[in-house]
Amino acid sequence: MSILVLADINDGQLASATAHVVAAAKAIGGDIDVLVAGEGVQAAAEAAAKLDGVSKVRVADNAVYAYQLAEPMGALLMELANGYTHVLASASTTGKNVLPRLAALKDVSQLSDVIGIEGADTFLRPIYAGNAIATVKSDDPLKVITVRSSAFDAVADSGSATVEAIDVVVENTQSSFVKEELAQSDRPELGGAKVVISGGRGMGNGENFKLLDGIADKLGAAVGASRAAVDAGFVPNDMQVGQTGKIVAPDLYIAVGISGAIQHLAGMKDSKVIVAINKDDEAPIFQVADYGLVGDLFDILPELESKL
Amino acid sequence: MKVLVAVKRVIDYNVKIRVKADHSDVDLTNVKMAMNPFCEIAVEEAVRLKEKGVATEVVAVTVGPKAAQEQLRTALALGADRAIHIETDARVESLAVAKLLAKVVDEEQPGLVILGKQAIDTDNNQTGQMLAALTNLPQGTFASEVVVDGDTVNVTREIDGGLQTVALTLPAIVTTDLRLNEPRYAKLPDIMKAKKKPMDVKTPADYGIEVASKVSLLKVESPAERKGGIKVASVDELIDKLKNEAKVL
Repeated sequence: MSILVLADINDGQLASATAHVVAAAKAIGGDIDVLVAGEGVQAAAEAAAKLDGVSKVRVADNAVYAYQLAEPMGALLMELANGYTHVLASASTTGKNVLPRLAALKDVSQLSDVIGIEGADTFLRPIYAGNAIATVKSDDPLKVITVRSSAFDAVADSGSATVEAIDVVVENTQSSFVKEELAQSDRPELGGAKVVISGGRGMGNGENFKLLDGIADKLGAAVGASRAAVDAGFVPNDMQVGQTGKIVAPDLYIAVGISGAIQHLAGMKDSKVIVAINKDDEAPIFQVADYGLVGDLFDILPELESKL
Repeated sequence: MKVLVAVKRVIDYNVKIRVKADHSDVDLTNVKMAMNPFCEIAVEEAVRLKEKGVATEVVAVTVGPKAAQEQLRTALALGADRAIHIETDARVESLAVAKLLAKVVDEEQPGLVILGKQAIDTDNNQTGQMLAALTNLPQGTFASEVVVDGDTVNVTREIDGGLQTVALTLPAIVTTDLRLNEPRYAKLPDIMKAKKKPMDVKTPADYGIEVASKVSLLKVESPAERKGGIKVASVDELIDKLKNEAKVL
């Protein structure tokens, strides 16, 4: 087996998700190469070379790969995928954007959001918002897989892989980057945080999410939201936890004013400890919460913040 | 400019699913079905483009069983002008759907193709991207804003950590995210009118596409049930439990 892992890059740095994807690659077994593509990605390449289990880091550093746009990235992977049995990426918005293009160009299926490895060709993946787990077997010559990073523990960074530059440069006349508006936050990223505190429709409005901020600061937590809160316009979509947002599995998940719709549970039910704060003691969220506190969140949150 | 919209018939998003006793799949007998929510957003966006005078015709297409014509009729009631039903009872994977849609794109030559970013049954999130690759067209996935300007379309995308805007040459493929728009409800007169709108029925064989996949579904299981815990009476008790019992603080 020979596996190529597409690295996630954030602002020139290696994203934490990649260490989890390499762990999934190790579970499959075989040689593992990591592709670091972007513009000005040397630091990311060096970080990838330290990931345990990686034999080679391949670096495509060129302006055409900046922001990892789907069209050039798909073409690059098409050039590089020969000789590999598996191509893996995290199920991030980049992995989800790019990998299906490779699969289609190679005339193979893609397996999305894999959460378990049964063997080199057999995988577990959630369907129906995680309300069923499918075991699927791929007989395609190349397995193209996106990995749910929260389902695999990150590998350590004590390795020392070789780093080689790739001079493949593809053309892209179809798409161009215009701008990015990224949320500025000193808090940990939602996908990788050890503690997540999320607000739902019960928060009432976007302003009230500030009540979560103080607690998040004390706990070193990321702040999330339910789809209902996003749909109501309280907070931006990149905070959404759920089937159609981010899938998280922190050590502690605190759900505030969230009823617990199926689609939200799909995004957080693998958290180690779940706390629910809701004024409705019949809310479905209490059926999955380890600790439930029934009451008015506008009383509870300030008290919780002051006592932590 | 013609706009092609792909829609999928899926289990209604409010229905709690059951796994079949023999673990072969999810049980869909006598379950309420509906248009995939992201596809509703796609139809809405196409209709709005027509209302703005950007699109001249909206064509809805689906791949699925005969019953999927219900979802095409819904699309027609919402404002699509005509529909194409590619009828098959097979379990069709994203790649085969993308191949069929690529043939339709070839025939219809739309300026824009709009699809939902994922279907809420298989949760694949692949078809739009695969279609873009097969037709060699640019893609704007997870769109929260679509602005057509002459020969290009600017698509604002929901990405991890925020928003990204890309400019794509037309024709292009767009997949919808939640905040792109709020779909309207079909009005009764429009539902009646939709019954008279044209619908072509084809088969995968008409397009020369083999829908069989090399991925087999070995089994489907319910996820491990999470048991509810306890209710605590106060913030103090909660903090105590988290510190001394769960040991997460």
